[in-house]
Amino acid sequence: MPRGKDEHRTWSYIIAGLLLLIVWHLASLILDSPALPAPLTVFYALIDRMRTDLYLHLLISALRVIYGIALAGSLAVPLGLSTYNNRFDRIIAPIVYLLYPIPHIVFLPLIILLFGIGDLSKIILIAIIVFFQILVTTRDEARNISSNYIFSMLSLGATPMDIYRHVILPACLPAILTAMRISVGTAIAVLFFVESFATQRGLGYLIMYSWSMMDYPALYASIVAMALLGFSLYLILECVERKLCAWVYL
Amino acid sequence: MRTLSGAANDSMIEARNLSMVYPDGTEALRDLNLVIHRGASCSIIGPSGCGKTTLLFILAGLLKPTKGQVLLDAREIVSPTRGVALILQDYGLFPWKTVYENVALGLKLQGVRKRERRAIVMSLLKELGLSEFANHYPKQLSGGMQQRVGFARALALKPEILLMDEPLSSLDALTRETLQNFLLALWKNNGMTMVLVTHSIEEAVFLGREIIVLSRRPGHVVKIVENFNAGDENYRSKEAFFAKCREVRMSIEHGAI
Repeated sequence: MPRGKDEHRTWSYIIAGLLLLIVWHLASLILDSPALPAPLTVFYALIDRMRTDLYLHLLISALRVIYGIALAGSLAVPLGLSTYNNRFDRIIAPIVYLLYPIPHIVFLPLIILLFGIGDLSKIILIAIIVFFQILVTTRDEARNISSNYIFSMLSLGATPMDIYRHVILPACLPAILTAMRISVGTAIAVLFFVESFATQRGLGYLIMYSWSMMDYPALYASIVAMALLGFSLYLILECVERKLCAWVYL
Repeated sequence: MRTLSGAANDSMIEARNLSMVYPDGTEALRDLNLVIHRGASCSIIGPSGCGKTTLLFILAGLLKPTKGQVLLDAREIVSPTRGVALILQDYGLFPWKTVYENVALGLKLQGVRKRERRAIVMSLLKELGLSEFANHYPKQLSGGMQQRVGFARALALKPEILLMDEPLSSLDALTRETLQNFLLALWKNNGMTMVLVTHSIEEAVFLGREIIVLSRRPGHVVKIVENFNAGDENYRSKEAFFAKCREVRMSIEHGAI
């Protein structure tokens, strides 16, 4: 693995970050409104709030997103992999493709009726939306595995379990992790939605609360915290992908 | 001694009245009969799409014929057996496994212990000149080296029969000759039974003591060309080799009509 490539990537992240900050700063100068404070003001607010309660909201939000994605993945991945078998696919595929294009956020009333308004229903709503993204990707990948891999395995005396373990799962893993990485963005968007009502904890709540109090530095500090949450989850999943699927990056 | 005309009980693989019709209606084989003797080296050749691969997959126990049966040592083959190894042209290696893991896989699936597995794989890799690539992924190797890993994986299980589906067809001419010599040595030194499906007449003549010529689809045996001179690396440049190639070509063309 050439080191230069990774260093190059790190630098481009730093430059992109700086560019964003500059644009933000200029915009705040031009608008000259309390509704768009300068990055430095927000930074101080972020540090300040972190010392008091922001870290707690961040932690709660992080857990909700992580549990949501983990719940979705633990159901969608085995289900998606099972579609390699035609018999399972004939049942699963039509259901998935009927339900996939529906905006799943409409399940909210149903979920609240079934699971209440606590953390569980928030996590489940995140999970439902991410579930379909991971399932569809996993299924597409599992359906595209070359039959030569399977014939090779069978001639080595493999059982169906061996085939799942040594072929289907590793062949689909890069696509699964990419789908999970992409789903982070969706999960955070849903997180904001589910935290904007019926809770007094979480970044979504903090954003709505700061907004209603017209505490703009705190509002932006919460937004930045949410962005950082998404970015770190994305990076973590990318690292996992590079670690587990090293063969893709040769 | 390797003789073509062994006694009847000397036959190792016997295909009886094999017919294969795929669900989509394609008739790949019709009433194909075939005997392969223990220790034989046998090339299967025919016009493209003649059901060569189908035949090989049936012999390997991976496909069930619509009619007829395959006997291995007088027992019917219905599923892959350990004594029969299959080598495919492409995609046989798993890109997500290292060279070592690829070669060790069959042993692992058969429940061979880790230490024993390691000993077998390392000595095999050494034999094939792949030791220093044990931790490489297939993608990092040349085509010829990848195919050698494929051979290593099949040989790890110490098979009695090696079934090969155009194993060398995607390689350049020089690598191809090297690996042909390698296969020849393998056959001569290990007393293995080899069945090679190929679309190259030269390869069929160089490696097969028997050359089974199949007809156009639905495939059946048109002719078995005996080729006693095969087994020598220098055969390639001899007049007898070219004469045999012409004979095989004529048989194929005859079967294609």
